[in-house]
Amino acid sequence: MALLEIKNLHAEVAGREILKGIDLTVEAGEVHAIMGPNGSGKSTLAQVLAGRELYVVTAGEVIYDGKDLLAMSPEDRARNGIFLAFQYPVEIPGVSNLYFLKAALNTIRKSRGEEELDAMDFLNLVREKMKLMEMDQTLLNRPVNAGFSGGEKKRNEIFQMAVLEPRLAVLDETDSGLDIDALKLVSAGVNTMRSPERAMIVVTHYQRLLNHIVPDFVHVLSEGRIVKSGGKELALELEESGYAGLGIEDQEEVARI
Amino acid sequence: MMAVAEQTGNWLAEFTTQKRVDGWLEELRQTAFARFAEVGFPTTHDEEWRFTNVASIARTQFRHVHPSFHVSGGALPAGVRVGTNEDLRAHLAKYAAVDGNPFVALNTAFLDAVAVFRIGRGAVVERPLELVFHAEPGADAAAIHPRVLILAGENSQCAIVEKYTGSGRYFTNAVTEIVAADGAIVDHYKIQQESLEAFHVATLAAQLGRSSNFTSHSISLGGALVRNDVNVVLSEGTEATINGLYIVNGTQHIDNHTSIDHVKPHGTSHELYKGILDDQARAVFNGRIIVRQDAQKTDSKQTNKNLVLSDDAVIDTKPELQIWANDVRCTHGATIGQLDAESLFYLQSRGIGKQQARALLTYAFAQDIVDRIKVPSLRDSLERVLFEKFHEHREK
Repeated sequence: MALLEIKNLHAEVAGREILKGIDLTVEAGEVHAIMGPNGSGKSTLAQVLAGRELYVVTAGEVIYDGKDLLAMSPEDRARNGIFLAFQYPVEIPGVSNLYFLKAALNTIRKSRGEEELDAMDFLNLVREKMKLMEMDQTLLNRPVNAGFSGGEKKRNEIFQMAVLEPRLAVLDETDSGLDIDALKLVSAGVNTMRSPERAMIVVTHYQRLLNHIVPDFVHVLSEGRIVKSGGKELALELEESGYAGLGIEDQEEVARI
Repeated sequence: MMAVAEQTGNWLAEFTTQKRVDGWLEELRQTAFARFAEVGFPTTHDEEWRFTNVASIARTQFRHVHPSFHVSGGALPAGVRVGTNEDLRAHLAKYAAVDGNPFVALNTAFLDAVAVFRIGRGAVVERPLELVFHAEPGADAAAIHPRVLILAGENSQCAIVEKYTGSGRYFTNAVTEIVAADGAIVDHYKIQQESLEAFHVATLAAQLGRSSNFTSHSISLGGALVRNDVNVVLSEGTEATINGLYIVNGTQHIDNHTSIDHVKPHGTSHELYKGILDDQARAVFNGRIIVRQDAQKTDSKQTNKNLVLSDDAVIDTKPELQIWANDVRCTHGATIGQLDAESLFYLQSRGIGKQQARALLTYAFAQDIVDRIKVPSLRDSLERVLFEKFHEHREK
């Protein structure tokens, strides 16, 4: 049984259809890259998988680990192992990273039937993962993402992923806004998380990230549909000839809400 | 509308039967009562009371109960002395005058057991002076008129905490006057945790000397009907920080009126009031800033932020700027908003349940004010109270 099976998925925002029939099967252990020009529906797909209510699914189904994903609340999806690394991580003043992450981890552990971590064990775990992402420990006591640079926010997303250990990670343009050093760091973090039990969907506009996180499959999204699928060489092909080589233009930006 | 005589009649009996005192204090009481009898309770026709109807106080027949308080930790902190009769005579009712707010007049008419403290010149008081006003159970229909006078000497430094708690349906009508002499640093905290059936009306009047530094934190959590007036008068180079936090639900009504009066040049005032409203709660914020002609180079900033968690809660917020000087910087802003949907989703996407996420974000909104409290024990206890409040409330 596939870990994730998306069938004929249609979704709209504010009455406008963005996803127009997506079919995608992801097995545990696989890394799938979803590429596409701006406005093709990449981020919408990522958000729909995580359960953002803003997007209304109008047709199709998503089966995750044998369950109807679309019937689950965002928190239940997370508790069942889905993780979305946000394109634009949200700043939450007044909530410390430490408190936030501990609440998240312990809720997830509880739902897995594991014991909650006490302050000491939690801190040890977090320190180890922070080292991996070369993050400054003072970030723990700062409010979630508040005052973080773009790169720090993205690193924080991957750090959270490392702590929460999801079964299906969806990385939404994690490479955007990163310089090459930060990109290498983030990629290394992601690569250490690759395992036969875990699947990843890497959403990106550019091939650059895929030099570091080498995918098993590449899908090209255009106007809400997957128009081409292939192996990692498809990304290189796109790098050579651009989306235009596939006859795809940049699509009208969907207004961010 | 009730006739003034009808409202004040209840109080006349209480006033005439209270034990008389000698000399100037009795005169002050008499003047105050005469003023109250003349004007009665304010109505919503009075601009200052437009959104706050005190008819439920006016209608209730209260009995006068002597105010009592205790100082936390027993002894007074080192550097604080009990003030003298001369201190009272020189300062009492000078800053919270009887000819303004009728509730101040009413308080003054029942003056008794004034908590008067003096901080000596240059004294640095390490431990906060914490005054606890607790309305005992069985205090039903009691009217309590606590009165505090703090005289902070030149270049002295102190923190004053007033806590109001109780149970039952009573009426606290408190007045606090603070004089900060030149160069004094005074932090004032008022924690209002009255019973949810209680009425609480309070005026804080602070007269701030040259280059003094004054901070007021008004935290309002309890009470059925609450009105806080904070009136500060700044001198040359005075720095005043006026913060407030109000958290109301059910049918609670909270009205915060502040008045920041810049009389001399180079004064700075920063004001931040934040409110959280749920259910059918109602809140009023009215922030008056006066910059007198002489008060050039005034720097004044006012912010009122409200988080509204239900469809039925109502907030009225109004800045009131009176600027007579021409070389000043005055900014003001008010916001009324709901919990941020993106933040909620972010927390949920990490496994945190929707209710917990709401509680967390609500707590975070209040945290901003709590973080500014400089007394660690007070900050910690307030954090606990708020944490429990939101989690309990949201998960009921």
